[in-house]
Amino acid sequence: MNIKILGTGCKKCQELEKNTREVVADLQLEAEVEKVEEIKEIMKYKVMSTPALVIDGNLVSAGKLLTVNELKKMLS
Amino acid sequence: MFNELANWLVVDVFNLDLSSRLGGAMHFFIYDTTKILFLLAVMIFAVSFIRSFFPPEKVKEWLEGRRKGVASVMAAVLGVLSPFCSCSTVPLFIGFVEAGIPLGITFTFLISSPIVNEISLVMLFSMFGWKVAMIYVLAGMTLAIVAGAIIGKLKMEKHVESYVYELAAAGQERIHIPDGGSKTFVEKIKAVFSREELKERTTFAARNVVETVRKIWVYLLSGIGIGALIHGYAPQDLLVKYAGEGNLFAVPIATILGVPLYSNAVGSLPIVEALMNKGVGAGTALAFMMAMTALSLPEMILLRKIIKPKLIGVFVGVVTTGIILIGYGFNAIL
Repeated sequence: MNIKILGTGCKKCQELEKNTREVVADLQLEAEVEKVEEIKEIMKYKVMSTPALVIDGNLVSAGKLLTVNELKKMLS
Repeated sequence: MFNELANWLVVDVFNLDLSSRLGGAMHFFIYDTTKILFLLAVMIFAVSFIRSFFPPEKVKEWLEGRRKGVASVMAAVLGVLSPFCSCSTVPLFIGFVEAGIPLGITFTFLISSPIVNEISLVMLFSMFGWKVAMIYVLAGMTLAIVAGAIIGKLKMEKHVESYVYELAAAGQERIHIPDGGSKTFVEKIKAVFSREELKERTTFAARNVVETVRKIWVYLLSGIGIGALIHGYAPQDLLVKYAGEGNLFAVPIATILGVPLYSNAVGSLPIVEALMNKGVGAGTALAFMMAMTALSLPEMILLRKIIKPKLIGVFVGVVTTGIILIGYGFNAIL
């Protein structure tokens, strides 16, 4: 699994990355977690609000700081 | 109720005289903190609930291909309803350009959003009553519309970084967040009131309260703290002399001081209130607040990523001038 966190570096984006890594570790997923800060890359996914979450190339959430519980549901 | 609480804490618990400087400052601090936190929680919940219907992706869709006049008023209203985190400025801007929304309309949205939102509304209402709050909202929206129209008239499209257009033109497949687009109106309305939808929106709203309060409490406490100090200790005659309504230069100076500073409504309003109590003109104080929330150095650095210095200059110039005019207007009518 490939997980991308899209965000230009604000606090919410960092927290989403932290939550995601926590869940990946918790669920012992074989996933690669990437933080994408380059705006050109971010815009490829047509998001207008960050932080956004991309799983295996699909945009699953935008403009939301997902909680650990929500991430668990999405990732498992 | 908040007044009684503050009285009780200051007089009975801390054993201070309300008319003493320390007692007065303490009372101001406790009263403001409890009252504002309560109002904020209620208001953020309500507005977030409404806002869950207005994500920026939708706003973009609604603005696409509208006539200019309609679009510009809509952008100002939607800016109020759909505040965005400042770190989303860049993707939002590119998204708007991509949708072919005119530059002026995009700026209207960018200006309206930070100046007028539920937080500034709560703060203004709790401190100055609904009349001032309404006038402020109208003034803020007018500023956004007029400034956007001027920027649009100046045809500054070439001062947007070219990569923005390249990205916009790239025309990749649109990825939509699913929202059940093909439903009829009645079905949509029914869906809105279905249990899951309501639950989701309520959770969204509740989480926004927590997130916002977590984000702003430092600003709130430091703002109220500074306000309390001004309230207890600032020399009134000096402030009236230099920043009272009698001094014609007070408004522009306050505005220009406020431009590079960044604060949100939460941090700046307690200071504004304390200044006004000390005899600083209402327009002067509100212009200071508008300048702090609408324009800031960090925001300009963000904008520099997408637009060239000349357009940033025009944006700052137009908005600053507008705020100064609004300041004079407020001083005249309040």
